[in-house]
Amino acid sequence: MNFALPMAAGAAALLGIASFVGVDWDAPPVETEQVGYRGTGMYVTKDAAEAQAGRDANVVPESPWEPDPEGDRARDVYENVPVLGHLSDDQFTQFMASITEWVSPEAGCEYCHNVENMASDEVYTKVVARRMIQMNQAINVNWTAHVGETGVTCYTCHRGNPVPKEVWYRDIEPQPASRGYRDGQNVAGIFTGNTSLPQNALEDYLLGNKEIRVHADTALPMGTQTATTKETESTWALMMHMSESLGANCVSCHNSRAFNDWDQSPPQRVTAWHGIRMARQLNTDYMVGLTPIFPDDEMHLGPQGDVLKVGCNSCHQGVQKPLYGVSMMGDYAASLGELSDTEVPDYSTYVPGVTQVMGE
Amino acid sequence: MALLSFERKYRVRGGTLLGGDLFDFWIGPFYVGFFGITGLFFTVLGTALVIYGAAIGPTWNIWRISIAPPDLSYGLALAPLAEGGLWQIITICAIGSFGSWALREVEICRKLGMGLHVPFAFSFAVFAYVTLVVIRPVLLGAWGHGFPYGIFSHLDWVSNVGYQYLHFHYNPAHMLAVTFFFTTTMALSLHGGLILSAANPGRKSGWTNDLHEVKTPEYEDTFFRDTIGYSVGTLGIHRVGLLLALNAGFWSAVCIVISGPFWNEGWPQWWAWWLNLPIWS
Repeated sequence: MNFALPMAAGAAALLGIASFVGVDWDAPPVETEQVGYRGTGMYVTKDAAEAQAGRDANVVPESPWEPDPEGDRARDVYENVPVLGHLSDDQFTQFMASITEWVSPEAGCEYCHNVENMASDEVYTKVVARRMIQMNQAINVNWTAHVGETGVTCYTCHRGNPVPKEVWYRDIEPQPASRGYRDGQNVAGIFTGNTSLPQNALEDYLLGNKEIRVHADTALPMGTQTATTKETESTWALMMHMSESLGANCVSCHNSRAFNDWDQSPPQRVTAWHGIRMARQLNTDYMVGLTPIFPDDEMHLGPQGDVLKVGCNSCHQGVQKPLYGVSMMGDYAASLGELSDTEVPDYSTYVPGVTQVMGE
Repeated sequence: MALLSFERKYRVRGGTLLGGDLFDFWIGPFYVGFFGITGLFFTVLGTALVIYGAAIGPTWNIWRISIAPPDLSYGLALAPLAEGGLWQIITICAIGSFGSWALREVEICRKLGMGLHVPFAFSFAVFAYVTLVVIRPVLLGAWGHGFPYGIFSHLDWVSNVGYQYLHFHYNPAHMLAVTFFFTTTMALSLHGGLILSAANPGRKSGWTNDLHEVKTPEYEDTFFRDTIGYSVGTLGIHRVGLLLALNAGFWSAVCIVISGPFWNEGWPQWWAWWLNLPIWS
């Protein structure tokens, strides 16, 4: 008796069942946002229950108290406070209370401080935190084209986690000329929305400064557009990352009849254009420089030893406007809303447990 | 128009679903019937409204005329004529017209004592259309989810709706529909080629009028038995063809109705079930 046919039919049936019961299907009602002119099909649909869950999960924490801007400056009260020294004592304390809730609600002050000597830089996280405060200030002052007046705080990324959950790193792939090398393709990429697009394409755009110039300007191939299919796929990988990060889709920023045409694109595309450059600068100017500071372990570095990096999802976390566009800047304008000390020390000199004042 | 001598035999009274004998007549070659009247009414009204919509629209360019559905803000309510109301009435006309055509086919089948295979098959096309402009919009809560009536504009709609789900080729029902469409054309071309090769086998040589004899179905069956080891047979191939074609239309309707009402992420992300199979995860 030949069992091949029944076996194949059984396997097909099992896969069919798995594809039905293994999927988290939605059901109406559905929430829809209209992006373009009626009839263009430029809509973003969302399962109503999931959209509500998203709103519930993205609530801005309240400030522990309203700080008094008057009184002695922090730099006169405390030692080794270069980036926050301009705050009043009360503002400084309020910010320290807030950052504890935002970043290390469980470990508390000890996560960054030697509680015997709060001024010391011997705990590496304190050095990282200082650089991250500088980064927040730079975003809020220099990147209003992307963050508008809403601004960002540590909470935008951290959400109560010492290491933000939504980050990216160099994904493991077989090296060129090694067995199984596939040029980044044909695997469900964890940073490309599970597509088989080039799995480390984010490096090109959110770390490197590769431009997205793959769209033809002519109806027929005239030899003027020389971008390869592979380059095009890399841009798609970035776009998948952006769509997944924002809970958005292609038509949130493009009219697909002409992806390249700015005149036909929704205005969100301009914000996104600045966002790509912002994420790139945060990675090159802030994250990469901190690499020597981080402990060499799975929690702080990727499997290839590179530092964890900022992606669109780091702030957005599935929402088009992070935290649904609610600004926290009212309570933290003095601490995060203006540039203070922008000095960058040489992080390679840092010795954990020894360095008392970074940069001296 | 003259009636061919044998046609009178098939022009029999009765078999109507509605209207009794009232509309049971022919105009020239065309059977009329109650649904011929309603079909004509909806077609003329719908077409006139499309022309009216073009007249109040920005262009007479045939490619760019577009009758767009209402804004989402109208939900499932009626919209003003110039802001999607025309689309709503034209949609009613289209469904009335397509439905009339199908029922007119049913009446003709009944007159002739034939099976209802043709209207049944046509109803799959109507079902796919109704899915696009009624079922899915109602499930999503707004007529604005229908597609616009225009040559270019409906293509733009298809493109954009595909990109709403990031990559529509990952939609499993779309995969099935596309596969059935391709298989339908392959089956039709094989079948058409086979029938022509048997019924019109050509000359024995290019220099004479000495023709091959017309071949019987045994030759057709033998051709496929020799080629792939099996012939589905003369009746069977038509069952296969109908099955393939109806599945193409059916899965087309499924692939769009699940996009939105039952799935709101990108279609590539739907395949997480495969990545999460207990075999390797």
